[in-house]
Amino acid sequence: MKLLASLLLCLCIPAVWAAEANAPKLDIGKGGQCVKDTQWMRKNHMHLLRHQRDEAVRKGKRSEQDSLKNCVECHASLKDDSVIAREDSFCAGCHRYAAVKTDCFECHASKRKPALAKKDVK
Amino acid sequence: MSEIDSQRRQFLKTSAGAAAIAIAPGMMLFQTARGDTQAASSKVRWGMLIDTAQCKEGCNDCVNACNRENGLSGKTGPTDSQWIRKIEIKDVSSGRELSLPMMCQHCEHPPCVDVCPTNASFKRADGIVLVDRHRCIGCRYCMMACPYKARSFVHEPLQDQNPDVPRGKGTVEACSLCVHRIDKGQIPACAEACQNKAILFGDLNDANSEIAKKIRSVASVQIRADLQLNTGVRYQGL
Repeated sequence: MKLLASLLLCLCIPAVWAAEANAPKLDIGKGGQCVKDTQWMRKNHMHLLRHQRDEAVRKGKRSEQDSLKNCVECHASLKDDSVIAREDSFCAGCHRYAAVKTDCFECHASKRKPALAKKDVK
Repeated sequence: MSEIDSQRRQFLKTSAGAAAIAIAPGMMLFQTARGDTQAASSKVRWGMLIDTAQCKEGCNDCVNACNRENGLSGKTGPTDSQWIRKIEIKDVSSGRELSLPMMCQHCEHPPCVDVCPTNASFKRADGIVLVDRHRCIGCRYCMMACPYKARSFVHEPLQDQNPDVPRGKGTVEACSLCVHRIDKGQIPACAEACQNKAILFGDLNDANSEIAKKIRSVASVQIRADLQLNTGVRYQGL
């Protein structure tokens, strides 16, 4: 039994390690944690966004914290102010790795507001 | 009442009070931490009163402000979005000319909402008629149903939208009464931009609001009042 357990452990560690090594290295922008911890957000951010969008659009309950705008504000790259522009951008990097298409940014701004404001001035 | 009964009653009262005291701050903190804000209230009915006597011919300030605020191109071709238009009308017999802005009239009984097959067109509790672009399939029934030609369809992919005003290809859009500004306590961009104060924005349901007082005291009309849609946008001097 002990042998089996140790064998399983030996097999598992490299698997976890390999997964970590292959995971995309993201440009997290300013980063920080304002909603929940990283692992939880990786798994559940889509549920928060979907819930918030219906509350905000249909009922007018605009929670600043859960809004997509607020996500972009902190997580857009400090280099190009975008969450989807490059391979390692915050949203695009992970979604490409997971092969999940996002259509959020067909309508929503993928850049933080100050960047857009600067562009208007030019 | 027996002594046991009154003791029991006292005990229940105290424990209920203690529970409320224990739970209430937690709930309050939770709500504050989540940044929960008030939902749109059905006690409010947002509307506008447009004074056509103050609206100057050739002035496009409201249209420009709308385009800037909502990230519209400002072009007026058949496939370009126009949320607000300036129109010039002339009474043929008298020769009287008028200029006025025309946009979504935010009806109480909006035909666009009636015909929408996906519930994307909806009226918010505070009377603002909106398109939920998450549900819109771009069928454009609402555009056909609207007697005011207020809605536009987005034909081309868009980039660099205003973060407060998401817009995208394949969906219908219209004047939102600048809902993102209203939710922040501001007034719509067109009303703010009008130099002659021809656009008065406010709560039609609040008897003490400036707009309600003015509607009580001056003659105003709803466009196509015969349709009995009870529009939120009213016109004075038409």
